[in-house]
Amino acid sequence: MSSIPDLDILFVVPKAYGDEDQSRIDLLGAGDVSVDMRSVRDHQYLKDLSYIEINSNLVPYTSPEEYEELVNKAEHRGKRLVETTMGGKLNFTGKYGKNLYEEIANYAVVAGEITLKRDFDIIHSHDWLTYPAGIAAKRASGKPLVIHVHATDFDRSGGKVNPTVFEIEKMGMHLADKIIAVSNLTRRTVIEKYGIHPDKVITVYNAVDPLPDHEKLKLKRGINDKVVTFLGRITIQKGPEYFVQAAYKVLQKMDNVRFVMAGSGELLEKMIHWTSRLGISDRFHYTGFLKGDDVTRMFSISDVYVMPSVSEPFGISPLEAMQSNVPSIISRQSGVAEILKYTLKVDFWDVDALADAIYGLLNYPSLSEMFKKHGVQEVNDMKWENSGKKVHSIYQEFVQ
Amino acid sequence: MRTICLYFQVHQPFRFRRYRFFDIGNDHYYYDDYSNESILHKVAQKCYLPANALMLELIQKHAGQFKIAFSISGIAMEQFKLYAPEVLDSFRKLAETGQVEFLSETYAHSLSSLKGREEFERQVTAHRALIRENFGQEPKVFRNTELVYSDEIGAMVADMGYKAMLTEGAKHVLGWKSPNYLYCNAINPKLKLLLKNFKLSDDIAFRFSNKGWPEYPLTADKFVDWLNQTPEEEEVINLFMDYETFGEHQWKETGIFDFLRALPDSVFRNSPFTFSTPSEVADNLQVISAANVPNPISWADEERDLTAWLGNEMQHEAFEKLYSLGEKVYSTDDDAIKQDFSFLQVSDHFYYMSTKFFSDGEVHSYFNPYDTPYDAFINYMNVLSDFEIRVNAAVQAEVHDDVARLSKIIKEKDEQLEKLEKRLATKVPAKKKSTAAKKSTAAKKSTAAKKSTAAKKSTAAKKSTAAKKKS
Repeated sequence: MSSIPDLDILFVVPKAYGDEDQSRIDLLGAGDVSVDMRSVRDHQYLKDLSYIEINSNLVPYTSPEEYEELVNKAEHRGKRLVETTMGGKLNFTGKYGKNLYEEIANYAVVAGEITLKRDFDIIHSHDWLTYPAGIAAKRASGKPLVIHVHATDFDRSGGKVNPTVFEIEKMGMHLADKIIAVSNLTRRTVIEKYGIHPDKVITVYNAVDPLPDHEKLKLKRGINDKVVTFLGRITIQKGPEYFVQAAYKVLQKMDNVRFVMAGSGELLEKMIHWTSRLGISDRFHYTGFLKGDDVTRMFSISDVYVMPSVSEPFGISPLEAMQSNVPSIISRQSGVAEILKYTLKVDFWDVDALADAIYGLLNYPSLSEMFKKHGVQEVNDMKWENSGKKVHSIYQEFVQ
Repeated sequence: MRTICLYFQVHQPFRFRRYRFFDIGNDHYYYDDYSNESILHKVAQKCYLPANALMLELIQKHAGQFKIAFSISGIAMEQFKLYAPEVLDSFRKLAETGQVEFLSETYAHSLSSLKGREEFERQVTAHRALIRENFGQEPKVFRNTELVYSDEIGAMVADMGYKAMLTEGAKHVLGWKSPNYLYCNAINPKLKLLLKNFKLSDDIAFRFSNKGWPEYPLTADKFVDWLNQTPEEEEVINLFMDYETFGEHQWKETGIFDFLRALPDSVFRNSPFTFSTPSEVADNLQVISAANVPNPISWADEERDLTAWLGNEMQHEAFEKLYSLGEKVYSTDDDAIKQDFSFLQVSDHFYYMSTKFFSDGEVHSYFNPYDTPYDAFINYMNVLSDFEIRVNAAVQAEVHDDVARLSKIIKEKDEQLEKLEKRLATKVPAKKKSTAAKKSTAAKKSTAAKKSTAAKKSTAAKKSTAAKKKS
């Protein structure tokens, strides 16, 4: 987006650390905005905030470690709407923590405050955590609101939505002037599950950053066996059990292969128990949570990457695998399946098809060769610049 | 003389069932009987039966004037026998009129012409036998799978005794030249070439029902008008197409049958054109020039080349692996293996693996039972893996048989030797007797080892001893 001239971006984040690149973007940490308590009381943009002041520990996107910490602590029962620090500033952790709902509310307060002090034409908020802030800003300024749906609670929960989150999402979508979905899959969810008019919802696909110097991050392979990798949170949404079942089937037919489940999550222990019960533990390995360069290293020793997600609004990880020359198998229930050609697609529940795809990639070399040859190019052709331009053209509708 | 040559291709593949890798080595049945049977029934009802009835009607109506040619793949014939014998009967009726020519092709609708003469000739011979047996004709004209042709393939076909061959009038081969003449092979001019007029053929086969086409709707009179507009000196219009054009690719509702019914009338009424079979065209017209086709062409897609079957890495791997088994397949006596080898060669399997659909989508996806070319490839390779195991097992079994047979012979020879030696011993002095005895025990030891090489050596040794004794 920053490459588009005539577009100034004021980026409001919960917490700015001060080292972000701000050459083209005006970055504002929400905690750096002074809030005048009188204006808070007077403004009607807060009238919906009661919605979000709910005591619950169910917070999306917490890492399992944080989640455990969270449930071990006493429930937070603070009822104060806005808690300011000395100097009228609000405290933001910048993390998804126990007082998440309070932070969302505070965030909305700040957003309302910013609208009074800054000049702008469009409000763009990302996912339910920022919808209240977007709504507040819209109410205060009368400017159009664009919301960007990266995931819905249907994706995160495997269908069992959290009613609070659902309400916030629904409110955001209904009050928005335009909705951007990261795939047609997500677009359909927005239309069908939240009752939004199709004309209001537009698909803009994500992209992936070019891989920096991945040669350096290559690991030396210590084994001759082929490596099949699952990488992601080990939760219902990501479908780890289908990976285990497929691994079991493949191991019945060939022995020069190993399976790696990289990541952590609430289903990790269950998976470990299960693989040992199946008697494949010697061929099935767990790495725990990987991040940054470790992800790239893991890809460098992988022959096949598998993403059997039950529901994946977009799914950037297969793109990263393809950048590292790893052929991927993805579930048809992912947004990225709509745009990728050089990849194998299976229904997440079809374990036979998944196993067959893994076996095929490992045993019939021309298939891997083909994916390696064309996959990198395919991914490199997806550029954030293009996504940015599409978002910009959506803005244009409102500005002219 | 100006004439029209109509040739229709009839082919249906034996489609594979979903064959997972865990079936490899466990289940040797590869075919999707349900879809093969139901598709054949559907096409028979929509196309083969009504179209054959119409052809018969037209032939009878225009006694001796209306002529057509068919090429029916061996695979399609097998399916008719299995699922719809009435279709075969209706083709036999057409054959009996004497106005229908049946062409030669490969039994398995295969691309074996690209893999040298041996397998190609085997399949052509098998197909000839089927045609002879069912239609009582000895084919003189050849049409290769998907009209695949090159100078070399043509020369090979000429060697096999054919007088003419059909292929595509590909633009990149003809350049400014017109397909509406008789050409000949560049290596062996004895082989005449009939080139498809793809513009007029595809007007019927592909564009007939396209409402976005400026010429829509196409009537027989309009079509004959176009024939009349071709330069007068041009002698033959070759209209080659899939028979499924009638009723299957172009549904009955589009009026395709009415078009066909009206065509001969309109031709006879409004034009100087006649109808000829490919054999008649080859016999009656003068060759205008040789056609130079150094690289294989076909009638598929915009490019008219082989890329629909052998365009990507997967297709090449599958194709090479399949034909690498050829020698082993024919060293066995297992008929089931030979038949599966044929069915694995059907060009459609390779077509399903084409990644050209990314640009040339519609036609490819229409004929394709798989969601993606990768599915098609994995499924095919799974089947091929199982087939390879079977072939290897059969070859090994036969090697075992060979060893057993050879050892038996050796044993018999040994016994004979012993008898002879005994007879000798009675006549010859004691000194010689002892050396002969030693040699025979050595021979016995070597037979005990079952390796055929050892066996050969020992037989050689015996021969030499026997020879010595004779002398």
